[in-house]
Amino acid sequence: MSLDISFIGILIGSIMASSVPLILAASGELITERSGVLNLGVEGMMIIGAISGFALMVITDNLFIAIVGSMLSGVIISLIFGFLTQSLLTNHVATGLALTIFGIGLSAMLGKNFVGIPGKEFPILFSSLKESIPFFGPILFGHSIVLYFAFALPFLTNYFLKKTKLGLVVRAVGDSPVSASNQGINVILVRYCCILYGGAMCGLAGAYLSLIYTPQWIENMTAGRGWIALALVVFATWSPIKVLIGALIFGGITILQLHMQAIGFRIPVQFLSALPYLMTIIVLVVISRDSRKIKLNTPTSLGRIFYKEK
Amino acid sequence: MIKIEKRDDAPMALYFFTPFIAIILTILGGGIIFYILGFNPIEALKFYFITPISNLYGLSELLLKATPLCLIAIGLSFCFKSNNWNIGAEGQLTFGAIVGGGVALLFYNQEGFYILPLVILAGAIGGMIFALIPAILKTYFNTNEILVSLMLVYVSKLLLDYLVVGPWSNPEGFNFPETRQFSDSSRMPLLFEGLRIHAGIFLALAAVMLSWFTLYKTYLGFQIKVSGLSLKTAKYAGFKGKTMILFVFMISGACAGLAGVGEITGPIGQLHRMISPDYGFTAIIVAFLGRLNPFGIIFASLVVALTYLGAETAQIFLQIPKYTGQVFQGMILFFLLASDYLLFFKVKILNLKKNELRH
Repeated sequence: MSLDISFIGILIGSIMASSVPLILAASGELITERSGVLNLGVEGMMIIGAISGFALMVITDNLFIAIVGSMLSGVIISLIFGFLTQSLLTNHVATGLALTIFGIGLSAMLGKNFVGIPGKEFPILFSSLKESIPFFGPILFGHSIVLYFAFALPFLTNYFLKKTKLGLVVRAVGDSPVSASNQGINVILVRYCCILYGGAMCGLAGAYLSLIYTPQWIENMTAGRGWIALALVVFATWSPIKVLIGALIFGGITILQLHMQAIGFRIPVQFLSALPYLMTIIVLVVISRDSRKIKLNTPTSLGRIFYKEK
Repeated sequence: MIKIEKRDDAPMALYFFTPFIAIILTILGGGIIFYILGFNPIEALKFYFITPISNLYGLSELLLKATPLCLIAIGLSFCFKSNNWNIGAEGQLTFGAIVGGGVALLFYNQEGFYILPLVILAGAIGGMIFALIPAILKTYFNTNEILVSLMLVYVSKLLLDYLVVGPWSNPEGFNFPETRQFSDSSRMPLLFEGLRIHAGIFLALAAVMLSWFTLYKTYLGFQIKVSGLSLKTAKYAGFKGKTMILFVFMISGACAGLAGVGEITGPIGQLHRMISPDYGFTAIIVAFLGRLNPFGIIFASLVVALTYLGAETAQIFLQIPKYTGQVFQGMILFFLLASDYLLFFKVKILNLKKNELRH
């Protein structure tokens, strides 16, 4: 295998593709967490998105319906979490865990009849440019529309949080729900919206896996990506742009591991697979040591229950 | 008209009654799901909750599955009571099994009464060490223990995978991802001929008694509970917060490690990839359902063990995927958390007379 320039282009392109579900899920969770809600159900919402996207594709034969449906199913399943944590004031950590366990189980039940059905080819954009331009071709072109959306999302999220009034509202709710409430903001409603948005993005991330990345349904196919996405939000210290960078690093490790196997590199593959988890722990340690650094973006009320006496 | 009022203090009876409401709602919810999937709900629920425990073998299997759940949940109750969110028990179980299994493999061709205690001890220490990682990072680097303990689950599973495929794989095993069989001296003694229930259940019962004594009869238990209720009060009272965090994580890790060792020296008898069907995660549900109370946890571990067993039975008889077990487990926790609402709020149905409404 030669390490020429066009090969590196293809390599970068495949790293980008593998980081898409992480970017989508982490960007969604970032908004949820910025509003002060910690939803550990990312893995569960992703896997529900993956099966509903795939099932809808098989039933309707329409990829658009499949994509939209996967986002809707993410919204519906996150509504359970929203109702419990916001209306019934349950503990965020326990509720999120329940959502993940429930989602993995439910997806396997729903997907029983979809195992082994081949997926459909997802349309890619600018496929002619991909072949004709060396190096930059495979990086910039020949991807699905979901990938382009995913790479725009962190910038949109950043703009939303920093430059728009609604973004300010979300941050206010996450940092100081009591004063936000005193200003007349409906804290519970804002948090509901952020939870449902997170659900939609996780659903889309799941559908990317089952419709585009590995077009088929496999039980438990998210394979821990939801947990990596959760870690990624902390890794990025709640900053959308750093989510993008972190996702590329984690996606890069996944791809690197496949190629190292292929060229017979002598590091056991399990150690490379463990790298994203170990790196997250290291970053957590580094950023948590300096409390000023982490506090800059950390939603102050993260995971705390808000209750307004009526 | 319905009025909702905040309660100052929930009655103790309600506190232990709501888990039963959650279980009943879960069974109803399960029936609805079976109905939607096109099964006769009564029949499916019967296969799920009654058939598995209608014979001696089934009861033994129930206790076999309840043992690790109970052990881990007992350990977790120490963490959760003191507001330490250790959700990586699955990793501590795996690492405990690796260390314990490593010792068992050292003695694979030897027999001796001392081997099993050594293996059990090694497993407990392994789990303890693995739980110390998030605890130390939390106490000295202010790192979030939820994320660290969770990340370590995957690290430990990958380590196990590496060992059973690579250096520890059985030399005569035709490259199957598994180690040698442990010698008989490394195996938990069976309690009855022909049943799989083993002496590990006594470890679980001992953990129940010890934890009850520690939590309710000692100053240490008092400290743990107070810091769970209010960290400020604990600081004011001069409790050593850091030592306590390390302590509760060590207890929790040791229990999970014991559960792991119980599995590999009990029903499994070697190391391979699938040593636990996510007992470490499910035990979190057990701890909640048992209200973090040692005796409540015994009851809860039996209920949750039944969801595992029922899922297996339903898969055999009705071809319902065994993942329904997780659906039930998730639902139990959902309904339990939801019914907690009754603890914090009073729902009053006001009977207004007509003339009152007019005013």
